[in-house]
Amino acid sequence: MKTSSESLDLQDRARRALEDDFLRTAVRFTTERLKTRKKTATEHLGRWEDWRERGRQIRAHTVSHLDHYLGQFATNARKAGARVHFAADAADAGRIVLDIAKQQAATLVAKSKSMVTEEIHLNRHLEEHGIEVVETDLGEYIIQLAGEAPSHIIIPAIHKTREQIRELFAVDGAEDLTTDTKALTAYARKRLRATFLQADIGITGCNFAIAESGSVVLFTNEGNGRMVSTLPKTHIVLMGMERIVPRLADLDVMANLLPRSATGQKLTTYMSIVTGPRKPEEQDGPDDLHIVILDNGRSRQLGNPEFQEILHCIRCGACLNVCPVYRNIGGHSYGSVYPGPIGAVLTPLLQDGPEFEELPYASSLCGACHEACPVKIPLHDMLAALRRRQVEKGRGRRSERMAFRGFQMAFSNARRYRGTLRLARMAQSVFGVREGRIDAQFGALRGWTATRAAPALADKSFRERYASLKQDVATGSSASGTVQTSGADGQLTVGQTEVNRDE
Amino acid sequence: MKVALFVTCLVDQFYPNVAEAMIAVCNQLGVYVDFPEAQTCCGQPAFNSGYVEAARSSALTLLSAFADYDYVISPSGSCTGMIHHYFAKLFDDDIVRRELAQDLACKTYEFSQFIVNVLGVTDLHAAFPYRVTYHPSCHGSRLLGIRDEPLRLLEKVRGIELVELEHQEDCCGFGGTFAVKMADISAAMVSEKVEHVEATGAQVLVGTDMGCLMNIGGRLQRERKPVRVLHLAQLLAEGLLQSSPPKLEVAR
Repeated sequence: MKTSSESLDLQDRARRALEDDFLRTAVRFTTERLKTRKKTATEHLGRWEDWRERGRQIRAHTVSHLDHYLGQFATNARKAGARVHFAADAADAGRIVLDIAKQQAATLVAKSKSMVTEEIHLNRHLEEHGIEVVETDLGEYIIQLAGEAPSHIIIPAIHKTREQIRELFAVDGAEDLTTDTKALTAYARKRLRATFLQADIGITGCNFAIAESGSVVLFTNEGNGRMVSTLPKTHIVLMGMERIVPRLADLDVMANLLPRSATGQKLTTYMSIVTGPRKPEEQDGPDDLHIVILDNGRSRQLGNPEFQEILHCIRCGACLNVCPVYRNIGGHSYGSVYPGPIGAVLTPLLQDGPEFEELPYASSLCGACHEACPVKIPLHDMLAALRRRQVEKGRGRRSERMAFRGFQMAFSNARRYRGTLRLARMAQSVFGVREGRIDAQFGALRGWTATRAAPALADKSFRERYASLKQDVATGSSASGTVQTSGADGQLTVGQTEVNRDE
Repeated sequence: MKVALFVTCLVDQFYPNVAEAMIAVCNQLGVYVDFPEAQTCCGQPAFNSGYVEAARSSALTLLSAFADYDYVISPSGSCTGMIHHYFAKLFDDDIVRRELAQDLACKTYEFSQFIVNVLGVTDLHAAFPYRVTYHPSCHGSRLLGIRDEPLRLLEKVRGIELVELEHQEDCCGFGGTFAVKMADISAAMVSEKVEHVEATGAQVLVGTDMGCLMNIGGRLQRERKPVRVLHLAQLLAEGLLQSSPPKLEVAR
């Protein structure tokens, strides 16, 4: 599940992104717009919290009965004429798709946007076996030309500016192109039309799968999903095993939650419900429909009270749009296929190895992701739980382990706490305390003081001052005079509260 | 009404006059505030970094310190949120402590919530004739559910000019150890926040969490911006001294 920039660690990638003004401007502009549009779309619908709760209930019910609904879905999909395959992991899914392609002697595959195919690096796998793959979603097409991975779940080319897109299209063969949206899309439209008509196989993802009818539901805005699923002779659907909803009626809730959360649309522009391949009396549709259901680490989360809810995700990207970390560093800095808060949780869960262990730390735990999530996944709690898991596995940094061992010693008892902080107060003089603040940039302090002043410990802590505090309240024990706060007599300075030095 | 102060380690050690300001405001309303010495820290720095054992041992000091009180008040929405949402889970396997933790969560209030929702007071008759902007901290608003309590208190202050902070819901980049561990990202976030604060033209930034205010204030200070940073309690206590209203004695 790795993307480019392999050699750097998360902080290096983030630093590089922070210096990229184009990237930050592009990401900031688009996420801001999506946030505003989402706000309008949810207010227009009304009772958004009730919709969220209903969405959560449907997802929770489905995921906790996933064995039942998966069985029901597979049975009904087969009844409708689809071929259903179960893939345990990425390699398995790749093999299944390649076998189908070989049977069809396919040379060209048209794809519509699908994160699950990114997860298993399907394009690379097919290309290694001599099959050409063309992405037909505009954003995906752009990043395919750039040789990059998507940097957003919904807006794959969010990090690209118009000028960069124009340049990519020029290399692709476009002549005299302007950076006008119409001109850019017209070029892609013309270019991709040929692909739709020539492709031997169409590959799509799956937004939702309906258990009661065995149908696959696709949401797209450009109509490319409909072309890919109807024009080529063979249609292959790749779906994560948790994409299921029990009934068509449940899709109603999801069809309201997903587009409003993702892009602020009331409804997706194209919603296709595919039930089996083309029937004899029908004009459109493929001869063969294959549905590949992927596990790839998902079933491991079932039954885990801390992480099962990650399977509730409907891949709307709303958590990315509100995340202040994502907004500043963009998707590629995460180094994983799924970026943003959902990626920081999902990636180490699906692939539990040392390579993604930094991801859960790429969050201030501000909780904006949880608040934005249309199915109320507690992503901030999961991030903290993943950190705990790292510590339990002994993967934490040594200096950090030492620091918290010290914390445990000092903070488990008020007497030791007092003593420790008294020592710290004496020791802080080495950092050069000036007007109650520290600017020295060395040691562990540097991360803070490189960009911010740090406050110095007060000469006397509150607990040392409390005893001499007079409280003028009839019910109190010591009643005489009014308490004077040192902050009240103009001693407060910019940025921090000056402590009363002569006390 | 037996009220105890949960001072929080940050205020205890760095900002003692925030606690004194809280007490001054409570005294004005007839509330005497006790300070049980056994308390240390809610354990959040350890908990959020994954060190649950360390978090548990410091959380224990709060369970024993506050067992005998009717109300516990704190200057931090974040530390109060920690008690409300994670203490019971911390002691999941210990029924006695879990019940103590649940009991503590029920009676622990962030300062503005206590004044507005428990004492039922919004007008302290304070005066503070400055241009002020308010930053609602993430944990206070999202985790604990502070809504408009701070604003209701501020709106009643005489002479105050309240200006809305653009993008106020965005995190300032503090996040405890995040600020040091992911220092560059945190710095980018706090720079954004400082730009937004500056855009308001406010003379004073007010908030309900000293962690966030330490972060934003530290950046303001480094950039030499002439903005005072105050905890809500400090602003109100200062406002009380300016107006010297009679005691209100709303609570016994």
